[in-house]
Amino acid sequence: MPRVSYTAPATVDEAVKALASAAGLAKVLSGGTDLLVQLKSGRVKPDLIVDTKRIPGLIGIREEAGHFVIGAATPGVMISADARLEHAFPGVVEGVDLIGSQQIQGRASIAGNLCNGSPAADSVPPVIAAKGTAIVAGPNGRREVPVENIVTGPGRTSLAKGELVVEFRLPKPKSRQAGAYLRFIPRTEMDIAVVGCAVDVTLDAGGTCTDARVVLGAVAPTQLIVADAAKALIGHKLDAATLAALDAAAQKACKPISDKRGTIEYRTKIAGVLARRAAAIAFERAAARA
Amino acid sequence: MSKHHVTTTINGEPMEFLCEAQQTLLDVLRDELHLTGSKEGCGSGDCGACSVILDGKVVCSCLMLGVEAEGRTVTTVEGVARGDHLHPVQQKFLEHAALQCGFCTPGFIVAAKALLDENKNPTEEETRYWLAGNLCRCTGYDKIIRAVLDAAAVMRGEASA
Repeated sequence: MPRVSYTAPATVDEAVKALASAAGLAKVLSGGTDLLVQLKSGRVKPDLIVDTKRIPGLIGIREEAGHFVIGAATPGVMISADARLEHAFPGVVEGVDLIGSQQIQGRASIAGNLCNGSPAADSVPPVIAAKGTAIVAGPNGRREVPVENIVTGPGRTSLAKGELVVEFRLPKPKSRQAGAYLRFIPRTEMDIAVVGCAVDVTLDAGGTCTDARVVLGAVAPTQLIVADAAKALIGHKLDAATLAALDAAAQKACKPISDKRGTIEYRTKIAGVLARRAAAIAFERAAARA
Repeated sequence: MSKHHVTTTINGEPMEFLCEAQQTLLDVLRDELHLTGSKEGCGSGDCGACSVILDGKVVCSCLMLGVEAEGRTVTTVEGVARGDHLHPVQQKFLEHAALQCGFCTPGFIVAAKALLDENKNPTEEETRYWLAGNLCRCTGYDKIIRAVLDAAAVMRGEASA
């Protein structure tokens, strides 16, 4: 690999300073499972690597009054092993758990998955569906950003020079609120999403949906919040007519490309199918929380 | 560019090394420390031949920088046996003939050890999913899975070593 400088700051302020004052390109290193591949291929040629894992809080999960906090560099194995997260955000844990192998899970983080900017990132749709926010630190202090506003296109983010994601906040689910994430790949493991779909619903005591978010992955340059798909659910129980409306809304929102993983037509069709299936799981989970 | 001085623990021994920032842990293990058990198959985290255990978790050493090992504990395939006494996973790989060319074997041994450290009684399905990040182009996997499940039984005291 080409020569590069490396620093492992002990505080967020030091990390911001290092990123902001770097002469050339500076890259944040969390688990490195995307960054190192890109370094080796020459796709990115940073002058400086800023390893965030020595900063207290960047790895770890904590519960606060209204939300859970997941440190930006927390690896998948820690997220999957956390019973509180598994209970509160089964969709998020499902999305994280689908990324790569056990070896990748030992290192890969949500911040890396997000900031890598892949439209097919599995952890991103469920975090958006759960109305997660990212705490972004930078030269001008900290700001809280809805996760859907971070990625602006394949490989691109809205983060300015000197900024990094330090943690994610996931608001605690209300009673009868739950999420689910499904990904379609043509095999059982170790592949990249043809389509991903996260659904998060809140139900009333009678099983009617009162709030919903439907988020698609891998069918557009960024993850898509499908407002019409949520509208198809809100005010309804999960009957055949609701599922048909959801399916149609999900398909209509798709703006996919054709590539080796699937054609435009195929991805569009699958998006509707996954939306129906993920909604069924989310409704069942939400109802079980009554 | 000056080299980084890294203090770490490898296979139970305190270890210090010098490395450049862009050297992966795999580069350091093989080229600086001459621990050549860990292999480079793909170099992109797909094949698992470079698997090591980092603070109890199996990771690809090709996707980690050597400098990141500062203060961490690393186990490579060279640290799996106790002296001349093979780990049950290693013993069962021999008995089941779970290898042919052997290139993937260190990664499988390390990943399987990490599984059995965490789960004494994995199902076949759990074992197959756990080892999905390790590729073998010779065996067809079945002998590997049998060897790991048999080693688990030995470690639980339910089968003979």
